[in-house]
Amino acid sequence: MGYERQADFGTPEVRSDTQVTCFIDGREVTVPAGTTVMRAAALTGGSIPKLCATDNLKQFGSCRLCLVEIDGMRGTPASCTTPVAPGMQVHTQTPKLHKLRKGVMELYISDHPLDCLTCSANNDCELQDQAAAVGLRDVRYGYEGENHLGEMPDISNPYFDFDPSKCIVCSRCVRACDEVQGTLALTIDGRGFDSKVSAGLTSDSFLSSECVSCGACVSACPTATLQEKAVKEIGKPERSVITTCAYCGVGCTFRAEMRGEQVVRMVPWKDGKANRGHSCVKGRFAWGYAQHQERILSPMIRESIDMPWREVSWEEALSHTAREINRIRDTYGRNALGGIVSSRCTNEEGFLVQKLVRAGFGTNNVDTCARVCHSPTGYGLKTTFGTSAGTQDFDSVEDSDVMLVIGANPTDGHPVFASRMKRRLRKGAKLIVIDPRRTDLVRSPHIEADFHLPLRPGTNVAILTAMAHVIVTEGLADEAFIRERCDWDEYQHWAEFVSAERNSPEFLSPVIGVEAEAIRGAARLFATGGNGAIYYGLGVTEHSQGSSTVMAIANLAMVTGNIGRRGVGVNPLRGQNNVQGACDMGSFPHELSGYRHVSDAATRALFEAEWGVPIDPEPGLRIPNMLDAATDGEFKALYIQGEDILQSDPDTKHVMAGLAAMECVIVHDLFLNETANYAHVFLPGSTFLEKNGTFTNAERRIQPVRKVMEPLNGYEDWQVTQELARAVGLDWNYTHPSEIMDEIARLTPTFAGVNYKRLDAEGSLQWPVTDAAPDGSPIMHIDSFVRGKGKFVVTDYVPTDERTGPRFPLLLTTGRILSQYNVGAQTRRTANVVWHEEDLLEIHPTDAENRGLKSGDWVKLASRSGETTLRATVTDRVAPGVVYTTFHHPATQANVVTTDYSDWATNCPEYKVTAVQITPSNGPTEWQEDYDAQATRSRRIAGVTGLQGAMEPAE
Amino acid sequence: MSGQTAEKLAYMANQIARNLVHDAAPVASVADHIVTFWTPRMIDILVAQGRSGLDPVAADAITQIVAGRIPPSQSRATDPLVHGSDAG
Repeated sequence: MGYERQADFGTPEVRSDTQVTCFIDGREVTVPAGTTVMRAAALTGGSIPKLCATDNLKQFGSCRLCLVEIDGMRGTPASCTTPVAPGMQVHTQTPKLHKLRKGVMELYISDHPLDCLTCSANNDCELQDQAAAVGLRDVRYGYEGENHLGEMPDISNPYFDFDPSKCIVCSRCVRACDEVQGTLALTIDGRGFDSKVSAGLTSDSFLSSECVSCGACVSACPTATLQEKAVKEIGKPERSVITTCAYCGVGCTFRAEMRGEQVVRMVPWKDGKANRGHSCVKGRFAWGYAQHQERILSPMIRESIDMPWREVSWEEALSHTAREINRIRDTYGRNALGGIVSSRCTNEEGFLVQKLVRAGFGTNNVDTCARVCHSPTGYGLKTTFGTSAGTQDFDSVEDSDVMLVIGANPTDGHPVFASRMKRRLRKGAKLIVIDPRRTDLVRSPHIEADFHLPLRPGTNVAILTAMAHVIVTEGLADEAFIRERCDWDEYQHWAEFVSAERNSPEFLSPVIGVEAEAIRGAARLFATGGNGAIYYGLGVTEHSQGSSTVMAIANLAMVTGNIGRRGVGVNPLRGQNNVQGACDMGSFPHELSGYRHVSDAATRALFEAEWGVPIDPEPGLRIPNMLDAATDGEFKALYIQGEDILQSDPDTKHVMAGLAAMECVIVHDLFLNETANYAHVFLPGSTFLEKNGTFTNAERRIQPVRKVMEPLNGYEDWQVTQELARAVGLDWNYTHPSEIMDEIARLTPTFAGVNYKRLDAEGSLQWPVTDAAPDGSPIMHIDSFVRGKGKFVVTDYVPTDERTGPRFPLLLTTGRILSQYNVGAQTRRTANVVWHEEDLLEIHPTDAENRGLKSGDWVKLASRSGETTLRATVTDRVAPGVVYTTFHHPATQANVVTTDYSDWATNCPEYKVTAVQITPSNGPTEWQEDYDAQATRSRRIAGVTGLQGAMEPAE
Repeated sequence: MSGQTAEKLAYMANQIARNLVHDAAPVASVADHIVTFWTPRMIDILVAQGRSGLDPVAADAITQIVAGRIPPSQSRATDPLVHGSDAG
């Protein structure tokens, strides 16, 4: 589409069972009761002048521009604050109104710079539009009086500027920060003529304030007061394309607003069903990595990892790779080959990678990075409910009365959904947070968790079982729901188990590290507080009992009857953008798409008929098993699309050993990532801006990803995989990802009704999309569970074998931060580094004092696996005995410290519990120096000097 | 075969057994879990080392898997995935 502003109906949509009919300038309109006159007028195609109103904020009634006349009413009420009434006759354009509005505009413009032609918002400014709409031709007051035109701009934020000389004090930015984002960083300072927008204290700039750079204020601003620096530099966009963000599992949709092949800005799409017009600092602003100078655009090969890379043509790279694959298969057998599907790439790309491995390599050795994040979700929810996915849509939170958030830090990991949670919490919903750290959700403006249970890392199962004990033994179980919806015998077996004294809060409290009465209080609140919804993240799954914890969560939802309707449910917050999709696409070594086991002959027959090759009926290797097999000399070649396992996977030294033992590592990525240090073939990848496809978010929502610019490397990733498949002898002839989706739909019952035509028309679809649910399934398990009866599973607490002791007395847990994403490959190549330029170690004041440490000191972080150095931050956000860090920076390589302990059911690594010691340090460890030297050597490119040559730093 | 891998697989089998001990038929559950998620080669490694290092439930599960197994292809010549469905 060409460039035009998103429609703005002035005030938010109202939901009501009652409809009201009224007349706007004689035009009949019927709207839900409670709708404002302004919105009703907009729905008829009219446009009442406005400045302080916008449809994602509550009406405010301050600008006095939207005045109307209504038959039978005195004066000129503001249309933004006046609800429609039956039969109401509204007049929006009269001589009286014209005069009033013109007078209001005259006052605004008397204190506004008249530099429209050189203003960055020229022709994209609501103030300018409204001046035109009211017919303003002159300003009688002159410009010589006291004014704000000399105010200095605040350019501290890397992505947007604040120019107070252009501010009309409409408060839209302040309200957006309050209502949409929920940070409340902005305020109107002063009164009357002195009123001005302020980011906190007088001494604060936007950068130093509590502002989280979500961009809501920038989107809300009707002038050039808050504006993207990119717009100032490039100019007004000339076209826009709706696409889906490639960061976290919320799956925000954006309008990529373009000038030629250049992105001017990414603006959250108001019709996006996942984000409802909101965004975070990553999706909104951190897309500059797509044009980063370190992107590799030419294929490269080398004989060994000691040699510099050699740039070659696509033809040579692909034929060389195919020869290597064939050689290794002939020499070592098909099971010496494997592949890794990316959770950052599209469904179609993931489907092709697993198809290449199964049909081309002839093995089921394919896995995805969900292995190291949400594989326990797949196992746990399939076992208990019958489907490897969350049960709700995001809108469901609007009807939640109690939220139980465990092992998730949504304000940092899933910020756009966190804003929706906070909005509901500010309206009175109750909150239980189970987390070793005091996350921002525990206490933030107008929000205070009713219970924060700061458990000892590794005791999730114990605390959830203790809560179940309280619910069962105090008679709070929803027996009617259980009898109707669940297997009663299994429930009784489970209830007997949880009722045992050894599962009581009092017995387990010393293990968990939380007072028994707090556990009892939280359990009672969850069971009796109305609609209870559970939200969880990697703090649940990345444990040796990750799958048990997911099943304990499912037990808790079933025993309280919190499944099958709005406001309740089990909601895994997915880490990467397409974790759900990658899992759906058959990326696990034991399952074909739609979570059907490879041993099922009928399923295999479907795929064999479509693909024309036999499918191995035995499961393949998981990622950790591949690395083990490699060090054993049995696994030799790996095709890795869009993952950096050397940085993201645990026990870095073991990953290095596994990769080093392979004869052909093929990395298909944007940058020479850490894994590429051990690669023999590098195939340049394309960004989400350069490809077509679909992502599936945490609510099972399949959304289009649209190509907004041509791929700088020449090919979309699905095309690269197709060319590789052709090189190894497969006859693939897809001309567009829609054809791949058609194949997915033919082979996958839950995707049966999905196709690009419908996605284009409807914006998104939530699987399953079947004959029984032709419009998709926002909420699952409504009348019955997918598996039939819900299954209660006994989840006995088994302590992790990773134990603290005299040498390693502290527990390390890891996580992420708002401004960075995963291994940081994207966000580290953007201005987001101003907020987080290095990984820091959070340590409690007591533990710091015992070691003579203060904030900013270098410390050595050592475990049984390895050691690294980083700087300390002393904070009581973590409990005594617990330390915390992020894993965004390869210079730290936090995963050299994590162990190879993993979830019993899925081998998801136990990132969240590592016994460590902290000691003062004065520089990098020997291992870090060796690693850095190897990385530098490995990144050499023959004939190229500079950043990608010998001087290339460690990413 | 690496002793380290065999040791790790035994650890994994024991871990599975510890977490499924409350199932109605724990040995069958452990066997089912391993067959569902492990490659035949991983199972072979565990079978080769016998019951040593295995908890009783895990060891019984491995015995049960072996008892119910179809013999694997004896050579690449009989591997259908190498030569298609026709063994010749």
